[in-house]
Amino acid sequence: MTRTPLRPLARILSAREKGENPDHIEAENKRLRAEASRDRQRGRAEGRLLILGFAFFVGFAVVGLRMGDLAASVPEEPRSFASGAQISAARADITDRKGRLLATNLSTHALYAHPKQMIDPPRVARELAALFPEMKPEDLERRFTDGRSFLWLRRKLSPEQMQAVHEIGDPGLLFGPRDMRLYPNGTLGAHILGGSSFGAEGVHSAEVIGTAGIERAMDARLRDPALASQPLALSIDLSVQTAMREVLDAGMVMMNAKGAAGILMDVRTGEVLSLVSLPDFDPNDRPNPLVKGDPADSPLFNRAVQGVYELGSTFKIFATAQALELGLVNPDTMVDANAPMRWGKHTINEFQRKNYGPKLSVTDVIVKSSNVGTARLALQIGAERQQSFLRRLGFFAPTSLELSEAPGARPLIPARWPEIVTITTSYGHGMSASPMHLATAYAAIANKGVMVQPTLLRREGTVEGVRVMSERTAQASVEMLRKVVTEGTASYAEVPGYAIAGKTGTADKPKRTGGYYKDKVINTFASIFPAEDPRYVLIVTLDEPVDTSGPEPRRTAGWTAVPVAAEVVRRVAPLLGVRPQIETLVPDAVSARRN
Amino acid sequence: MRPFLSVLAALALMALAFWAYRENYTTQAALREVSALNQEIVGLRESLNLQRAEWAYLNRPDRLRDLAVLNFDRLGLLPMEPEQFGRVDQVAFPPPPPLLPADLNPVDIAAAIEGDPL
Repeated sequence: MTRTPLRPLARILSAREKGENPDHIEAENKRLRAEASRDRQRGRAEGRLLILGFAFFVGFAVVGLRMGDLAASVPEEPRSFASGAQISAARADITDRKGRLLATNLSTHALYAHPKQMIDPPRVARELAALFPEMKPEDLERRFTDGRSFLWLRRKLSPEQMQAVHEIGDPGLLFGPRDMRLYPNGTLGAHILGGSSFGAEGVHSAEVIGTAGIERAMDARLRDPALASQPLALSIDLSVQTAMREVLDAGMVMMNAKGAAGILMDVRTGEVLSLVSLPDFDPNDRPNPLVKGDPADSPLFNRAVQGVYELGSTFKIFATAQALELGLVNPDTMVDANAPMRWGKHTINEFQRKNYGPKLSVTDVIVKSSNVGTARLALQIGAERQQSFLRRLGFFAPTSLELSEAPGARPLIPARWPEIVTITTSYGHGMSASPMHLATAYAAIANKGVMVQPTLLRREGTVEGVRVMSERTAQASVEMLRKVVTEGTASYAEVPGYAIAGKTGTADKPKRTGGYYKDKVINTFASIFPAEDPRYVLIVTLDEPVDTSGPEPRRTAGWTAVPVAAEVVRRVAPLLGVRPQIETLVPDAVSARRN
Repeated sequence: MRPFLSVLAALALMALAFWAYRENYTTQAALREVSALNQEIVGLRESLNLQRAEWAYLNRPDRLRDLAVLNFDRLGLLPMEPEQFGRVDQVAFPPPPPLLPADLNPVDIAAAIEGDPL
């Protein structure tokens, strides 16, 4: 590029000749030069802008095209990542405390129909009805031909049934995958597991939701996808549960009872090792709840948790424990037990109108199960302190057990608490609670006065509890309960090798119309074993039992619930690894001679 | 020099194109394999679950009890009971083992040693 000088000599000379100012020429040239430079820079800037604009355009175009592509294409799982994330079942398994399976999922198929794609509806209807007895051919044919385009036929198919439907070979019959909940142990643990059913159903999947028991109470945990691969471990021990159910079932038949319940609880951790309620049901095929009548007659009714009963004399130990705790008495203090006792217009009698009086030691009040003696102690304690003690033992609120039925099982507490209620409550009448409440309270006595909340989930490590009574009181109470077995009403609870401590309770069943039945009772035996170092609490409750082995029918717990409980301990304690006290066994002749 | 560089660049381009082409197909093959493996894992997991359910079903305590009763003659299984516990001192000491096995005579032993390849 040739640079034009600012003052070209030829033009300046000619300008001077014409008498013009040569500076104008310089100014003119400067202007031209500035303009040229400005044009050049503008061109460069425009070029840069263009490139930048193009870059942005390409960037946005790529993003836009990718978005359009994503929006228009079928979603696809990222294939290149190795699936460390588990493609696992939708609902977590449930196992017992040792990992044995209690509930799992099974892939099955559901059958549905697209009648409009069906080739020969009458034939399909006929062949389906031949396969599934619950379907009627004319009914099916009507539904296939009334113009609808979609129809559910069956929720679950076994592989054989699926093959049979395949063999019908009609394109209008279609299958959708289904996760089915399976309870391999059948009736065992039915009331704990509850049951499940399908929630929202689609063709490609259906959600499984818990309908009762722990399936419902822990529904959120079981459905949590993050925890789906970890089974939910319960505190239940399957072999203990089996033994308990077997013994209770036999006991129920032998004692002609219409129902039975059993709870076995670890007193240190609050873990429920076994919870049985009879009659029971198969959670794989959960029956429908009763629409009318007493819900307690349904096998769905969980007597151990939902059954709110007057628990009778098993309550007496709470009155004596509190009296000991308050320092009102010691186990050898003599109390007035002269029966019958008059209180206002009420008369308090002993069982069969006996009289254990005039005086009994506190230990003997428990051993002989004296209503009057307990009533006197309760009057000394007073209504307010009695209520607060029972409240601390958990008798005023539903238990915290992880069952959907538990929050509904609220104990029946009298609205007012006059002295006569103080008296009757002390021996377990007038207020009702579930066997689970009783187990929790007895566990507090057995666990040296520290109360631990019951749970159905396996707990690890030590558990913090609330102290409800001193260790000394708890110890003295266990000793009294031990004497009930060795000298008192529960003599059938002597199991060779195991020292059981416990208290019997017999309560008349209340009529629904008010008042009490004369010949219908609830028998309870609340026991603690081994007595020298309590580890377990066992509650056995029989509903309307009667022992007919003697000349006249016997309905007291000592004759019905106690022998059943003793058999439970005999069967269950070895399974729990509790060593019998071997001193009670005489070594047989052979081993004695060898030694 | 320049034509040589051009030829070299063209060759490099062809080599790279060939490499990219192969890589592309290997990747696609690997992806297909991964997805096939994933499907196999899903299937295996499903059948594992089925096996576990079946194991639990076949080992349900009711059935085991019935089997124990049916086969009582051969197995003699009974529920665990407290009487079955014992103390260590109730167990007799085993008799001291004899120095030589009594039912073998020395000739047999010698023969056995001779026949031993070691």
